[in-house]
Amino acid sequence: MDNKTLLFDTHKAMGGRMVPFGGWSMPLHYGSQLEEHHHVRRDAGMFDVSHMTVVDITGERSREFLQHLLANDVARLKQSGRALYSCMLNEDGGVVDDLIVYFVADDWYRMVVNAGTTEKDLAWIGRFTADYGVVAKPRRDLAMIAVQGPNAREKTIPSLPEEVRQSAEALAPFNAARAADWFVARTGYTGEDGYEIMLPGDQSVAFWESLAASGVHPCGLGARDTLRLEAGMNLYGSDMDELVSPLESGLGWTVAWEPGDREFVGRGALEAQREDPARRRFVGLLLTGKGVLRDHLRVFSEGEPVGEITSGGFSPTLGRSIGLARVSPGVTGECTVEIRGKQVGARVVKAPFVRFGEARITL
Amino acid sequence: MSSLPSDLRYAKSHEWARKEEDGSVTVGISDHAQELLGDLVFVELPEVGDSLDAGAECAVVESVKAASDVYSPLSGEVLAVNGELADAPETINEDAFGNGWMFKLKPGNIGQLDDLMDADAYAESVESEGH
Repeated sequence: MDNKTLLFDTHKAMGGRMVPFGGWSMPLHYGSQLEEHHHVRRDAGMFDVSHMTVVDITGERSREFLQHLLANDVARLKQSGRALYSCMLNEDGGVVDDLIVYFVADDWYRMVVNAGTTEKDLAWIGRFTADYGVVAKPRRDLAMIAVQGPNAREKTIPSLPEEVRQSAEALAPFNAARAADWFVARTGYTGEDGYEIMLPGDQSVAFWESLAASGVHPCGLGARDTLRLEAGMNLYGSDMDELVSPLESGLGWTVAWEPGDREFVGRGALEAQREDPARRRFVGLLLTGKGVLRDHLRVFSEGEPVGEITSGGFSPTLGRSIGLARVSPGVTGECTVEIRGKQVGARVVKAPFVRFGEARITL
Repeated sequence: MSSLPSDLRYAKSHEWARKEEDGSVTVGISDHAQELLGDLVFVELPEVGDSLDAGAECAVVESVKAASDVYSPLSGEVLAVNGELADAPETINEDAFGNGWMFKLKPGNIGQLDDLMDADAYAESVESEGH
């Protein structure tokens, strides 16, 4: 039996088509995934992301702990509320999960991890907590709602509690404001401006309904996936997992190599791979022929198999099919993808495909 | 379940077939099928002149979610395909039993229509699938 978020009945009432996802029953769409996608690119849409898990790390040595646990360096976070995207690696350099970590106070950091990986993550994190005397506490009492789109912030502000409204309005990108158990971050997973809001679970239905009344359109996981794909953002379990490193997943930029003496988990394996000429590259693909790119389709260059699609789909903004792929080094320009036994033309492009409502690639 | 046209015959795999006055048979996918698939973004049709076997894969519909095979409900030769679908696959979402038709066949054995379900039987089949 799948878990239900506190918004489950609300989703059903709004016409949400519920599907199992990462152990949860979540809305795939509320009628049309394409329309929901466009709402976010053109106006404002909201997503129930309460299935994701907020994990609070507390204790005096929290920073030191996270500097060991994460491949990105939380020492980069100087100001309370500042956010950092990072991978959490195993000793082989494989990705246990990707997450966002917020600096709240010297003895308090907040991480947001994926739904399907939560139990595994907590077990992994638990291997290191005792050494640093820190506590990792999943905040199951909190709900999380993302509001995204060019008008998202403006439409969200009036629905926020008075205490956090002003500071939320003043937020710079990748920063968060807090008042009691409300935590408002100017982050997202769509390539648009907006907020991701953590709030007390018992207030989530009222907040969702208030946002709907302000003209924020409910959006499901389907649109969330096409939006993040257009934005060139990775999806855990598709684009990377424990068997591949961030360096082969387009996430090299999230690895903080300096200072060189910071011994984060997986560092040794990554350093060896960093210089490996056979290291695979993570690229964007635009399908120039007919069809739709899908996960696991094989990519060919000059007739030879060179890799596979890790995330593929249809881009509603571009009206074309796009994908992310892991390929051999040196694959550029024109290539082909095998779709139902046929070689179909594609082109290697630089992600993101779309940002802030605009195409970023040439069709 | 929304009203199913009673002049059509239906396959368990969600295709419909309609016998036309000129003896040809028009084929498409049901409204229920398009609803399951979600927004369609690409349709691959057979070619005019192709010879199709009843129950064999003959077309593909791709939605934002996934690709799905379409099986020919009857054997026969393809007389025409709905070219509009290339630029407007969403026509199937909007009007699965009408403008969203996929192809027309010259049936090899019109008796195969009797192997398909009528509207009531199809409605029951869909109903039982949901449980």
